[in-house]
Amino acid sequence: MADEKDAAAEATPPGGAKPGPVGSPPMTPLEPDKGATPGALPYGKSNTIGPGVAASTTAGKAPAAEGEGVSRRSFMKWSLPVGWVAFSAACASSLVATARFLFPNVLFEPPQSFKAGFPGEYNVGEVDVRWKDAYGVWIVRNAEGFYALIAVCTHLGCSPNWLPAENKFKCPCHGSGFYMTGVNFEGPAPRPLERARIVLADDGQILVDKSVKFQAEKGEWTKPEAFLKV
Amino acid sequence: MATAKPPQPFLSRTWDYITETQIWRSIFRHGMPANNRNRVLVVMSNVFLHLHPVKIRKSGIRLKFTWCMGGLTFFLFLVETFTGLLLMFYYRPTVAYAYMDIVDLAEQVPLGIMREIHRWGAHAMVITVWLHMFRVFMTGSYKPPREFNWNVGVILLVLTLLLSFTGYLLPWDQLAIWAITVGSNMARATPVLGHEGPGSQLLALGDVKMVHAGSDARFALLGGRFVGEGALLRFYVLHCVGIPLVAGILMAVHFWRVRKDGGISGPL
Repeated sequence: MADEKDAAAEATPPGGAKPGPVGSPPMTPLEPDKGATPGALPYGKSNTIGPGVAASTTAGKAPAAEGEGVSRRSFMKWSLPVGWVAFSAACASSLVATARFLFPNVLFEPPQSFKAGFPGEYNVGEVDVRWKDAYGVWIVRNAEGFYALIAVCTHLGCSPNWLPAENKFKCPCHGSGFYMTGVNFEGPAPRPLERARIVLADDGQILVDKSVKFQAEKGEWTKPEAFLKV
Repeated sequence: MATAKPPQPFLSRTWDYITETQIWRSIFRHGMPANNRNRVLVVMSNVFLHLHPVKIRKSGIRLKFTWCMGGLTFFLFLVETFTGLLLMFYYRPTVAYAYMDIVDLAEQVPLGIMREIHRWGAHAMVITVWLHMFRVFMTGSYKPPREFNWNVGVILLVLTLLLSFTGYLLPWDQLAIWAITVGSNMARATPVLGHEGPGSQLLALGDVKMVHAGSDARFALLGGRFVGEGALLRFYVLHCVGIPLVAGILMAVHFWRVRKDGGISGPL
C-alpha cells in the first residue's frame, strides 16, 4: 500500500492527475515494478495518472476500454473503510446470533401458569401438595382464602418439603424452616418463601401464575393478587 | 570404526537393519541422544517434547522444589481424558437414562471401577492443581518474566474447577441436581446479566424487563429455568468437549511458555 501511494504521489505532476481519455489505451506508471500490479485490480486504469507514457508491458493485462476509471487511491479511500465496517458488522452479527442460539425459543418445561381446580376442592387449614411435583407450587387454604407458595427455598433454591406432623416447610439441603404462611423461622433462609399470583379464572377455577411473584419483605403479600379471598 | 568389521551378532544386525529402514529414519531423524547436540534435536524435533525446555536446572526439578504438582496435574488430566472417553461409550446424557447408566457403569460394565477412577482422578486433579498453584506462589515463580504464565495458570485453575462443576451434574442423582441448582443460583446475582443481580433493571424496554428468569446468564447456562434436560445436556457437552478443548490449548501454551520463560525457575 505504502509503496503504491508513494509511487502515485511521485508520479502525479503538480498540475493534478487527469485520467486518460475515454477509450484511450492504459498508460503505464513511472515505476517499472508497478508494471506487474495493474492486473491485480479491475481498477488497474488508476495507473493512468502517470504522465502519459504509452503502455507496452501492461496493455495485455489491464482492461482494454473502461471509460473514466476511478483512481486506485480514491477507490481505496472509500472501499477500505466500507469493507472493514462491513466485515466488522458481519463478525458482530455472527457473534450476536451465536449468543442468541444459546437461548431456546421453546422450553420443554411445565408452563408458568396453570389451573388448580375449584376452590371447593380445598380444605381449610391445609397445605395442598398435589401441584408441587408438576409446577413447584403449594396452595394453602386458610379461613379467609387462598395463597400460592412457590416451592423454592429462599436460601439457595432447593425444594423444601411440607411436613404435616410438624406443621412446617423444611428444606432438606440446609435445614431452613418456614411456617405455613411461608415465613422463615429457622435455618439459613434469609427471607420468607415467595408467593405466586393467584386469581379465579373465568370458569371458576383457581389460576396460579408463577411468573408474577410477591415477596413479603417488599410488602407485596398485601397486594390483591397475592391472596385470593373467597 | 575398525576397518575390518568383525561379524556382528544377530540382534545387532537386526537392530542395524531396522534403524536403517526408511520408516525408522523418517521418524527418528537424528542419532541417539548421547551428546548435547542430539539431546537438543530430540526435544526440538518432536512436536510434543518441543513444548518442554531443552535443558532444565538440576536444582529446579528437585522434588522438594516442584512437588511435581504440575506434572501430576497434567498426568491426571490425561487419566481423566482417557477414562472419560471410555465412560462416554456407555453414558447417555438424558434425564431418562443418565442415572441408570451411571449405576450400570458400576454394576454391569466390565471393570466397574472405571467411573470411580474418573471420579477420584477428578478429586485428585483439583487438589494437585491447587497445590501446584501454592508451590508456584511460595517459590515466587509467578514473578517476571513468568507473570504471563501465572495468568494462563489461573485460567487453567478455573477451567479445572469448571470441569469439576460440570461433571458433578452428570450422575443425575439428588446430590448432583441440587448441588448444581445451588451452584447455578449464584448466576442469578451476576451483575447486569443475572435477573437478581445489580443493574439488571437497567436493561428494560419500558416496563418489559429484558433480563428475567427466562433470559439471564443462568438461563443460558442451564438451557431452562431449572436444572433439567437442557442443563444436563449442556453440562455434558461442556464437560466432554468445550472445556477440555480450551484447557488443552491453554495447557500447550502453559508448557511452552515455561520453556520460553527460561525453564522452571530456580530455588530461591
